[in-house]
Amino acid sequence: MVQFSRHSVFRMIGGALLASAMALPAAAQQAGSATLDAIRARGTLICGVNAGLAGFAQPDSQGVWRGFDVDYCRAVAVALFNDASKVRYVPTTAQNRFTALQSGEVDMLSRNTTLTLSRDTSLGFDFPAISFYDGQGFMVKTSLGVRTARELDGATICVQPGTTTEQNLTDWSRANRVRFTPVVIERLEDLVNAFVAGRCDAFTTDVSGLAATRAVQARPADYTILPDVISKEPLGPLVRHGDQRFSDLVRWIHFGLVAAEEFGITAANVQEAAASDARPEVQRMLGKNGDLGRMLGVDNVWLVNVLRATGNYGEMFDRSLTPIGIQRGPNALWTTPGGLQYAPPFR
Amino acid sequence: MSDITLNVASANPEATPRSAPITVVGPVAWMRENLFSGWLSTAVTLVLAYVVIRSVVGFVDWAFINAIWWVPVDARGVAQTQACRALEGSGACWAVVTEKHRFMLFGTYPYEQHWRPAIVCLLFIGLYIVSALKRFWNWRLIPIWAVTLTAIGVLMWGGVFGLPYVPQERWGGLPITLILATFGLAFAFPLSILVALGRRSNLPAIKVLCVVYVELIRGVPLISLLFMASVMFPLFLPEGMNIDKLLRAQIAIILFAGAYLAEVVRAGLQSLDKGQYEAADAMGLSYWQKTGFIILPQALRMVIPPLVNTFIGFFKDTSLVLIIGIFDLLTAGKTAIVEPAWQGFGVEVYVFVGLIYLVFCFAMSKYSQGLEAELNRHRRR
Repeated sequence: MVQFSRHSVFRMIGGALLASAMALPAAAQQAGSATLDAIRARGTLICGVNAGLAGFAQPDSQGVWRGFDVDYCRAVAVALFNDASKVRYVPTTAQNRFTALQSGEVDMLSRNTTLTLSRDTSLGFDFPAISFYDGQGFMVKTSLGVRTARELDGATICVQPGTTTEQNLTDWSRANRVRFTPVVIERLEDLVNAFVAGRCDAFTTDVSGLAATRAVQARPADYTILPDVISKEPLGPLVRHGDQRFSDLVRWIHFGLVAAEEFGITAANVQEAAASDARPEVQRMLGKNGDLGRMLGVDNVWLVNVLRATGNYGEMFDRSLTPIGIQRGPNALWTTPGGLQYAPPFR
Repeated sequence: MSDITLNVASANPEATPRSAPITVVGPVAWMRENLFSGWLSTAVTLVLAYVVIRSVVGFVDWAFINAIWWVPVDARGVAQTQACRALEGSGACWAVVTEKHRFMLFGTYPYEQHWRPAIVCLLFIGLYIVSALKRFWNWRLIPIWAVTLTAIGVLMWGGVFGLPYVPQERWGGLPITLILATFGLAFAFPLSILVALGRRSNLPAIKVLCVVYVELIRGVPLISLLFMASVMFPLFLPEGMNIDKLLRAQIAIILFAGAYLAEVVRAGLQSLDKGQYEAADAMGLSYWQKTGFIILPQALRMVIPPLVNTFIGFFKDTSLVLIIGIFDLLTAGKTAIVEPAWQGFGVEVYVFVGLIYLVFCFAMSKYSQGLEAELNRHRRR
């Protein structure tokens, strides 16, 4: 945390200098977008991604970036340039991701980052959308016979150090008076190996990570994910605070992907829907009627292009996250019970 | 005549020169002497022999006999690793190396352009070999290095001669490791000589500067320098201005290696007899003539082992750039096993990556041994 507050001091000094230099054309800034102008002038979007997280961002055997977070970068590039290859992916670590965005090394981060109050305010970012609702859970060996996390009193728990995961675990154990012995291992793969080898009774990380770990084990049924979720981890893309037009674009790309799933528009049928779907909102979304795209500062058929390249939210989920064993859960559409993904009207 | 001799020999066996009994000389005797000289020694020998044979057999079983070298890949590009998982550790799954070797070697470099980093690696190796040959130790080495490094830059970046442009963040794997190590040591070594000379200088300003540099850099871990370069430094620059991430890491490595090498070189300078300095002064040589012709050749010759020790250390330390998100060889290897299908096959990947490091470090070590023996021949009494 010390590191973060130091960053914000530098950022504030830099911000103050910049603000005084740009005090005069403030009115002009309202209409334009420094980030969008820079991206257009450069011809590519620079997107900060995780340096390797199964399902979310990882290079395949041929070195091509794939994953759920990576698809958000591609969607933004398609909305701007109608070309999914106009993205440069910058792998970032948990430590240098925020500096990369603050210093302008990347235009946006799409890197499984939790929205928190301090990140939104003092770090100077905006979280335009929540692309994935996650939460911290526990996994135990089925043979242990544990049914809820409260029964873990006195257990050894494998946890990654220096993350919110470790803090959440401490907070939760204090609140629920559960004593535990932590086994702290830096790398997730090593942590999983330690858990599988029986060095700890339970393993805690985000539920998506637990599901992914369980799915690749030789006998997944040997492991149980406990129903308790002890934290809220809303993950989403983030941009620099103060560039509303770029932030709006990223936000509505996410809403467009969700709304497309709700209306049943997929990568396969989007052309047909754009030409012949009679529903008025679909016509507005896909640019047949109205000027919604232009209001965002992109082409009116932006969403058609995006859907053709990445598919809708559900398709993105099925392509990257379903194969590694992650259920829709809270990321189902709001029309399903328990689903939280909801898009405001396109009007 | 020969018949007679033979007959004599057979007729009189006592006269034949006989070899000593095999219990006194030869391998059997050696074993008796060193391995089975008493009951304790025999017991230890048998136990160790059992352990060695078991582990060798186990390794051969794991690495070759039970190993799986290839697995099918389905239409969606997902490898079918069930066969590997069914082994449950009884055999190596070399399929992960077969499938991912190009990613581990070249990272996210565009797949169809992989021949470019491959040539770059060969150029680097060629450069090392040429630089190691004594007959190139003259002015010709400078144009050779300049041309090769230019060629490496052209191949990696492209954008000319019809080669598509490849931005730096897509570089990865072995070329990154070689670039960081080669440029790091190539710049750090001259820097270290200057700093070592400066630290022994009579001019107080230069001396203080060099002491502060060495103590400051040696006083912090390489990781913190890399963090400074990666996290702090960009915040001091105006927004929108960016110095390449690789270049920042490279400068941090040069500064760090420079401080360590400087102390090694200084040790060499201090080990020289005072008479050498005085004799050079007496001949009326200038400071640079004295240093270049008399002092440095002797001092560097003496510190070859610690120098190479530091070189080897830094070759491996370049893997620390993983903490700032650069895909060097080791990071690329670790990233290769992030994919769910391949999770849990880390040992095979680490063996593969470790072998590559071993080849380079062992070559360096062997070369330095030869060099040391040759350069110090005159001192052997």
